[in-house]
This record gives sequence, structure tokens and C-alpha cells, in this order.
Amino acid sequence: MHENTTNIPAVNVSALQENSTPTASLDDETVSLQVRNLDFYYGNSKALKNINMVIPQNRVTAFIGPSGCGKSTLLRCFNRMNDLIDDIKIEGEILLHGQNIYDKAVNVANLRRQVGMVFQKPNPFPKSIFENVAYGLRIQGMNDRRRLAEVVEKSLKGAALWDEVKDRLEDNALGLSGGQQQRLVIARAIAIEPEVLLLDEPASALDPISTLKLEELIYELKSRYTIIIVTHNMQQAARVSDYCAFMLLGELIEMANTNTLFTNPQQKQTEDYITGRYG
Amino acid sequence: MIKWFRSGSPWVWLSAAAVSISILLVVTLLGLITARGLVFFWPKDVLQAEYQDLAGNNYRLIGEIQDTEEVPAARLRESGIELPGNEYSYTRYLIKTGNRDALGMDFRLVLPDFLTNIEHPPELMVVERREWGNLYGYLKEVKENGQVVAEGEAAVTELRKRLKRALELHGRIKHIEKDLIGAINYKLEQLRLEERRLELDNNDDPAKRAAITAQRAELQIEYEALQRQRNELFPQFNRDSFSAEIMDGRIIEVPLSKVVRFYFPNAMGVGGKISHYFSKLWEFVSDEPREANTEGGIFPAIFGTVMMVLLMSVLVTPAGVVAAVYLREYAKQGFVVRLIRIAVNNLAGVPSIVYGVFGLGFFVYFLGGNIDALFYPEAQPTPTFGTPGILWSSITLALLTLPVVIVATEEGLARVPRSIREGSLALGATKAETLWRTVLPMASPAMMTGLILAVARAAGEVAPLMLVGVVKLAPSLPLDGNAPYLHLDRKFMHLGFHIYDVGFQSPNVEAARPLVYATALLLVVVIIVLNLAAISIRNRLREKYRSLES
Repeated sequence: MHENTTNIPAVNVSALQENSTPTASLDDETVSLQVRNLDFYYGNSKALKNINMVIPQNRVTAFIGPSGCGKSTLLRCFNRMNDLIDDIKIEGEILLHGQNIYDKAVNVANLRRQVGMVFQKPNPFPKSIFENVAYGLRIQGMNDRRRLAEVVEKSLKGAALWDEVKDRLEDNALGLSGGQQQRLVIARAIAIEPEVLLLDEPASALDPISTLKLEELIYELKSRYTIIIVTHNMQQAARVSDYCAFMLLGELIEMANTNTLFTNPQQKQTEDYITGRYG
Repeated sequence: MIKWFRSGSPWVWLSAAAVSISILLVVTLLGLITARGLVFFWPKDVLQAEYQDLAGNNYRLIGEIQDTEEVPAARLRESGIELPGNEYSYTRYLIKTGNRDALGMDFRLVLPDFLTNIEHPPELMVVERREWGNLYGYLKEVKENGQVVAEGEAAVTELRKRLKRALELHGRIKHIEKDLIGAINYKLEQLRLEERRLELDNNDDPAKRAAITAQRAELQIEYEALQRQRNELFPQFNRDSFSAEIMDGRIIEVPLSKVVRFYFPNAMGVGGKISHYFSKLWEFVSDEPREANTEGGIFPAIFGTVMMVLLMSVLVTPAGVVAAVYLREYAKQGFVVRLIRIAVNNLAGVPSIVYGVFGLGFFVYFLGGNIDALFYPEAQPTPTFGTPGILWSSITLALLTLPVVIVATEEGLARVPRSIREGSLALGATKAETLWRTVLPMASPAMMTGLILAVARAAGEVAPLMLVGVVKLAPSLPLDGNAPYLHLDRKFMHLGFHIYDVGFQSPNVEAARPLVYATALLLVVVIIVLNLAAISIRNRLREKYRSLES
């Protein structure tokens, strides 16, 4: 990420942020997710240290920071994806609608229906495009072909992919290009209408044009979903997010309105990182 | 030289040589089996010659050269033969003279040096019979009820016409005996068992008894009708006969009811030989064996082999897949699982006869015995499942091949990318749903690979089967027209065992030896076909579930 930050000239934040409210503050937003005193251990090493944050509803929140700072780990805590890894320990709580998602009573499958996720590499199933989007619905027991078709169309339109694939819904999804695959995966995620959408470096495997399309899509999606995006690319963070959290070595250094964070960082580490002197 | 050695090329050469030798061995093996097996059906010329045997007797010899071998002269001299020349070794023919009923033996070892006046008269006839092997001789007369109807030239066409009729009658009689009467016998046996069941239950409901008696009477009438029909056919069937002069000049009369086919090999053109060849080949794969398995076809053995392998596949795949899924996906990876995995892998190395012993002791005697005691008390003391049969054979082989399927499936599961599983879980699928909808389909090509290996191993396995279900001659196939159609308790025939039986347990080893090659070739072909079927399924699955490039 060093090259990224050093080679690219300073971000023209005001130009990119003209659509958002530049001075909005976190305190004015409706809370979607709240993280309280979260500690996370891989075996004996502490990967997240006492994280406290609020994720605003219907906004795009970006996590930035150097590799290994724990931003992906934090993201995967929101839908309990880390549960799949052996030998981890989580302390503290994450509240969704005031309920701790790490509570024993929580049904993880239900939680993941509410908190959808898109991964770094597009991971469509080796099935048809239609079946990929219908997957989550079929899991929920929906088998009415007509209703499925409606939802698939709506989701593919929502992910700005419909026009490209409407004539070949029965083709194998692996035949799509990388960018199309990533949008397909987003369509798959929004087909089950989650409240929160987690994007883990969604553009890192894509070419610039696909990345652009994806960013436009994120902008459109935020009216309906709370979006959290992890990215290495600070320009991208500046372009798509309303709020931005900077993390370093497992700690949340600073979280603020994106404009504020990029133009007027409160912490020395943040300033070092966004000006390319660090990380 | 040292430089050449250091360059590493000797190792390349060595590897290449090893590969070539392996390929050469395989090609030689298949080539030998194919050549020996396929040549057997080609009609050989029959020679006639004057032969002087050891005692100095001259006689006429008629027969076909079955084999040629080189024998050291010293050995021949030792056995008291005065040899004319001074060569180190002499060629010796194995000549099939047939006519076992008249001559006592149908093979002779003959030194060509003592053969004179060798000729191949086109009138020489070969007759394949249902008993006593081939007949070689000259056709003299065709008779109907003992009255001569044709002689000489005309006899051949007459014989051909009448044989066709006899074969057709034979087919009808066989149909009545085997299919119709067989079915009635089966039903009668079921009735007997039902009656016995009522007896054992102390159920003396007169209505039921009366029903059984009535059914039995009905079947009896049907049976008698069929019997009558058959008995009417018999005199017609035995009507015709022919007489032929064999090599020692005797005239032998053979009823046409005993004849399968006759031909004149020396008079045959290439076309005739080819058509004869294919008709023999077809008989071999589609007919039942005759004369202690040394003649006729091996269809029941092919059927038994394929059916046993299919049953085994049906049994081993679910068991292996479930075990692999548990080991790979659910079990906590640790010492115990490692131990189990090692045990499973070692299971593949246990000699197969050990599985046979286990199958006999556990499946046949223990499980089968208990099943009989619980569910088939009416058949006692005749065992139903408490005796070797195709079900136990399939289960034993399924056990034998289980490790292969488990290992292959586990590898397949391990190859499904983590990202796919996460993608499914992130959509709210539980682990079981993820497995069922995504992971297992993607691992299915690997399961097929396991199955292919299992089939390859199971189809060639003979040793355990000898203990748990294979017989040299099964009276009926495990699948037939009598409900419930699939008879898993029946014994069956198997190509591998058939090779052993024909080649080494047969009363007439010389006659059976070419059959060993032909059967071996067929076994290889069956295994290849089964494998190709599995491979094509796997390739289709692979294409369908092409995993992500990662």
C-alpha cells in the first residue's frame, strides 16, 4: 500500500464529496451497529484492541489502514464470519438493533441474512447466474419460480447487472468477467434484503472501469442499505464513503466524517497515513 | 562423463526407460490376451493325415492344430521315440481330434515328422454338440425317425434345413422349461413358504389355507399343461439325426437335438470364416456356458460381474461420502481423527482374502443367519441370506473399497475453495445447507474418481468372492422376471472366478485354455467399460462444477 499512497497525488476530497453532506457529524445519524469494547484474539495474539464505534444507518462507512491493521477482522466480526476460524476469542459486544450479536441466543444464519457480505475475490457458485442470485432465497425455502424470477431481476437491476446478463441467466456464472462476477455477488447478497452490507475490499481484484461501476453501485445502494467497506485505496474511500475509520495495529485511531478525516485529521498517525508517510 | 552425470540427464533417461518398460508391459499383456482370446473363435482348418504312432501303428488322423510347441529331442528320445534326424529340438503339435465319445480323448500330441499325406479335404465337417465336445468327420446320411432322407451332396442342405428346425424347437422347449415352468416352480415355492409361515404362526385360518390350496391346484394345472406341451415337442425334437464317418472309420449317429452348429472349415471362404467368427463371438458373450463351462458363452458371468459391481457402487458411495464428510467437515481435527485416517488408509492394504473371511464370518453367518432366523423362519433349515450370495459379495467388496472412496472424497472436499463456503454461509446458509447445496456438488467429481478406483479394484477381485457368493455355475441370474425381480440372496457367476474355474478346475483343461484368454479379455473389457462410464460421468460433473481458478 506504500506505493499506492506515495505515487498518487493528494486526494481532492471536496470535489469527490460534493454529493454528501460535508459537515455531517456521527452524532446526528441513526445508529445501525454499535461496537462496544471489542477485543479479538487469534490464539494468543490480540488482533483488535478495545474497539468502540458506531456505524450510521444508510451511510457508507469505510475502514482504512495499512495491511494487517485488523480492518478485515473487524468487518468479519459484524456477521460472525470469524466463527469459522478455529482458536479465536472475542470479548466485548456488537449491537444490532440493541441486541448483542454475540449473544448465545442469536441464530447465526439469521444474523447473516441481516448482515450480508461481499468478499475480496468474486466467489460466485459454479451454478447458473439465476441460481446464484436465487441461492439465498432457496435457502429460505422459496421455490416458487415466478417469485424467484422477480427477485432475481430486481436484485440484478439493483446491482446494475441486469442489462448485461438478462439474456443468459441460465449460463454458468463463472463465464462472467471479474467485474460482472463481483456485481453478481452483490446482487446475490441484496437478493435476501439485508440491512447491512459488508464489502471486504470489493474492488481489489477489478480493473479500473469495473471499479468505477462498482463505486457508482455502492453510491446507489446506500439509500437502502447500511454499507461498510474495507479498502486499501484511500481515493476510493474518499470517493465512496460518508464516514471513514482509520485503524492501525488493531486499534481504532480515528473515525469521522470522510471530509473531515481527509482534510483535517485529529491524530498525527492519521495524517501520516493519508499523506503517505506511513504504512 | 562426470559432467554428463552431473547434468541430470541420466535420471531423465532412467525415468523415460521406466515409463517405456511399464507401457511395454501393459501393451504386451493386453496384446497377448487379445491375440490369444480373439483367435480362439476363428475357424481353423481341419487336417487329415496318416500318422504312425509310437507303437508303429498307422492310422488316419483328423483334427485341428490347437497349439505348437518346441520339445527338446532328448526328452522325446527318453520317452522311447525313435527320431529320424539329429536336430536339437522338434516341433510338436497339439491336435484336437474331438469325438470324445468315440475316441475317449479329444487331444493328441503329434510329431509332424510322423505325419504323411497331409490334406485338407473340403468335405470335412465340424459339428459342435451339446455333449461330448466337437465331432470331426464326413457327413454320410441324414435321417428322419431312422429312415434315410438324404445322402451325399444333398445331405448338407437337408441337414442345414433340419438343424434350423431343431434349434427352433430347442429354443421353445428351453423357454417352456426355464421361463414358464421356472416361474411356476418359483410361485409354488413361495406358496410352500407361505403355508409354512402360517403353520409357524399357529394360524389355522381355514380361509387362508383354502386359498393356498386353491392357488396351488391352479398352478399344478398350469404346470401339467406346460409339461404336456413340452412332452409333445420332444418326439419332434428328437425326430432327426445324421450319421458321420469319423477318423477311425466308424460311422456315428448323432441326433440333431444334440447339435448346436456344424460347418465345413476347409470349404469356407474368408467371408464365411468372418461370419462364423462373429457368430461364435456373439455366442460367447450372450449365451450360457455348456459342458462344465468349457463351451458356449459366459453371459451369466458378465451379468454377475456387472451387477455385483453396480450393487457395490450403490453401497460404497453413500457410505464413503458420509464418512469423508464427517472426517473432513465436522470432526474436530486432532489426534483421534488422525488415527482414524491412518486406520482407514491402512484398511486399503489389508489382503482381500481377509475381507472374504470377515464377510463369511460376519455378514454371511452372523448377519445372514440372524436375518434368516428373524424374517425367513418358514424357509428353515434352508438358508435364505445365511448363505453366500450377491448381496454379501457386494457388501464385502464395498467394505474393501471404502477407504479409496473416503480418501478421494476427502481430497475433493479439501479442494473446494474456502471462499465458496464463506459465500454460502454469508447468505445465511447453515453449514449443512452449504455442504448439501454447494460443497458436495463441487466435490462430486472427486467422489466419482474414488468410485472409479473402487470399481477398478472391485471388478477384478476374486479371492473374497469365492467365500461370499461366487459359484462356478449359477442356475439363475440374480435379476429375473419373478417378483421381486432382484434376488439379492442368490449366488452368482463372476468373470474372474470363471477364469480360474475354467482354466484350472476344468475336467478338460486343454479345451478350456483358449477360453481363459477370451474370458480374461472380456473381464478387462468389462472393467474398461465400467470405468469409461464412470469417467464420462466425472468429466461431465467436472465441466459443470468447474471450480474457481485459485
